[in-house]
Amino acid sequence: MARTLMSGNEALARGAWEAGAVVGVGYPGTPSTEVLENLVNYDGVRCEWAPNEKVAAEVAGGVSLGGARTVVTMKHVGLNVAADALYSQSYTGVTGGLVYVVADDPGMHSSQNEQDTRNHGVGARIPVLEPSDSQEALEFIRSAFDLSERFDVPVIVRMTTRVSHGKGLVETGERHEVPVKPYQRDVPKNVMMPGNARLRLRHVNAREGDLAAYGAVAPENRAEYRDNALGVITSGIAYQYVREALPDASILKLGLTVPLPDALILEFSSKVERVVVVEEMDPYLSLRVRALGVQIDDVDLPRSGELSPRIIAAAFGQEPLATRAPVEGLPPRPPLLCPGCPHRGLFYSLGKVRAVVTGDIGCYTLGSLPPLKGMDSCVCMGASVGMAHGVALAGSTERPVVAVIGDSTFAHSGITGLLHMAYAGSHGTVVILDNRTTAMTGHQGNPVNGVFINGEAAPEVDLEALSYALGVASVRTVDPHQLDATLAVLREETVAEHLSVVISKAPCALLVKEAKDPFAVDEELCTKCGACIRLGCPAISRDETGRAVIDTATCVGCGQCVQVCRFDAIVGVGPSCDLGGGR
Amino acid sequence: MSITTVVLAGVGGQGTILAGDVLAKVAVAEGHDVKLSEVHGMAQRGGSVETFVRFGERVFSPVVDPGVADHLIAFEETEAARTLTYLRPGGTLVVNRRTMASLPVLIGDLPAPTGLEEALFAEGAIFLDAEALACEAGSPRSANIVLMGAASYGLPFAVESWERVISGRVPLKTVDGNLRAFHLGRNACAEGACAL
Repeated sequence: MARTLMSGNEALARGAWEAGAVVGVGYPGTPSTEVLENLVNYDGVRCEWAPNEKVAAEVAGGVSLGGARTVVTMKHVGLNVAADALYSQSYTGVTGGLVYVVADDPGMHSSQNEQDTRNHGVGARIPVLEPSDSQEALEFIRSAFDLSERFDVPVIVRMTTRVSHGKGLVETGERHEVPVKPYQRDVPKNVMMPGNARLRLRHVNAREGDLAAYGAVAPENRAEYRDNALGVITSGIAYQYVREALPDASILKLGLTVPLPDALILEFSSKVERVVVVEEMDPYLSLRVRALGVQIDDVDLPRSGELSPRIIAAAFGQEPLATRAPVEGLPPRPPLLCPGCPHRGLFYSLGKVRAVVTGDIGCYTLGSLPPLKGMDSCVCMGASVGMAHGVALAGSTERPVVAVIGDSTFAHSGITGLLHMAYAGSHGTVVILDNRTTAMTGHQGNPVNGVFINGEAAPEVDLEALSYALGVASVRTVDPHQLDATLAVLREETVAEHLSVVISKAPCALLVKEAKDPFAVDEELCTKCGACIRLGCPAISRDETGRAVIDTATCVGCGQCVQVCRFDAIVGVGPSCDLGGGR
Repeated sequence: MSITTVVLAGVGGQGTILAGDVLAKVAVAEGHDVKLSEVHGMAQRGGSVETFVRFGERVFSPVVDPGVADHLIAFEETEAARTLTYLRPGGTLVVNRRTMASLPVLIGDLPAPTGLEEALFAEGAIFLDAEALACEAGSPRSANIVLMGAASYGLPFAVESWERVISGRVPLKTVDGNLRAFHLGRNACAEGACAL
């Protein structure tokens, strides 16, 4: 059969569809986003972006209660938000198969922390499957649905960035239609109040033993015997690295890692002379293997970040490869706000207010970098709002305190924080950066922009009315590309003795289809003052004399720089030659 | 068990992801096992980006270590220098003659790097101006396909496979322009016009 090149996330979508899932729900987050974005293209599956992972998990829990198969997707930190649902769903178990896809990000390519989801599997006492490539992603999610229904338990498929975004060849199957079970009321199973929960906990305890016994025969766990001088116990992407780095080693490849199959580990360990555990992130496998009394030979592997074949080879004493000398002194290239980004205008104006700015998670977090330096904190989704209130409570600064949060992040978990500020009588200011999309993860729909996951129109929340309803005293909407007007509103609201919301509303530059003519610098008029440079726009630089230069191929004509130039040196030039490929 | 490893390096927005996808699909079409790795998300906002494509009889790791790559196709000169250590001694280095200043350089916090072309030339770089060739083909946005044309000269795949994959992967109305771009890139290498 022909095999198709698929990313791990594409393969998960395919596998969920083949397994007969009828609903997919989640919140976008790198590296998990593409699972639902692909699943929505299959017939017979209803997909939805929820405002946050907890809502997604609850929707999925309801689908399961209703007797149908469902998948819920999120990144690792999203599972913290959904954990409240997960830990009790472990007790209720499932009716229709309930599968969580949770993608970890070792090395933090696009995350605020490193977090090993296997720990949540242990905590919630539910099984965790770890695919090592796209083919396994498809097969494991199909198994996950079967396990979920067979053992009456939600199942986590734990991905990592390289499995989610790596592509490999996949042999696909056909869709397996699973009849939706008729709805049946079952209060002792599904109403988790203490008396019922205690009974369900017995189910959880018994299930753990059943799952551990299953682990010994699960096809996802396998011992590969080659040279018995070295036996490596590993899981996930690390398996692929071990195969490349240590082609002769015997390997115990664990695909079902919560609960671990003790008997298999002991058997494998007894058949090899030297046992080494190779795993990314937390020492989860090694702790358990050690607890079984197996003597592990420690090799020098990093405690955090990603592994690779040569890191493993080096840990086993192999000679390093011949490499070219690195080129020294290169300037770093951090990601940056796009040309024409509305957030740039907001941060430029906000910088003049000299506020303490508590920040949040999205493209706008890049506004914390020089030259805008527009943010003092960034912790987790929605944190800006509660933290702004907390900074004011600490009483250590006379400066105004402003929370900055994106539209999707506000819908995710900013609303409850704002409700608290109103309730607690805060006089702070919350700026909602409404760029009409969930930009960072690739322009998903959300309740603020009125776009559904399938591209259809959806109801748009009225942020002004919502803010007033929560108890905010003053709500102002500004166009962040209009710098003076934005600054005037920020100045008024940050000194006012009331709680205020400023909605900074302008579409993401990548959503703007009609191209505006670019600007250029009039060499005669430029005084080299550097005001435009302080916008941090990728289209503006200095020439060797210090004069400002605008790359007309990169400029999208937003006009922010025209407003900051006090010498009228930035002028329109008509359509660009289009050379250079900026857009 | 011989594996060929290609690294594509550039700046977010330059089209490395599409180029890597084309290359991987050509390798599949030619009967190879293939793995591709790239990182999405925050890095795409104008940051450094790299895509790994590996093909052969059986490929395990999608990730590439320093000293492993047989070919480095750089979409920008600073990124060529930054990712040079991936390329094994004796590997092929194709560099687009374009520099894009990163934000610390644009705002004057750090000096622009100097002497990059000379350093890359000393490492055996083959240079071409992908944007100019792309404009000749009809649109500067097909610079990524020009670079795949250049890369194709050193890779063991039939031109027909490249043409078929490109035609199926790019927007319909840009197929002709992208095929022209591919051949301009390939011919530039074939004629030695790539060299500095």
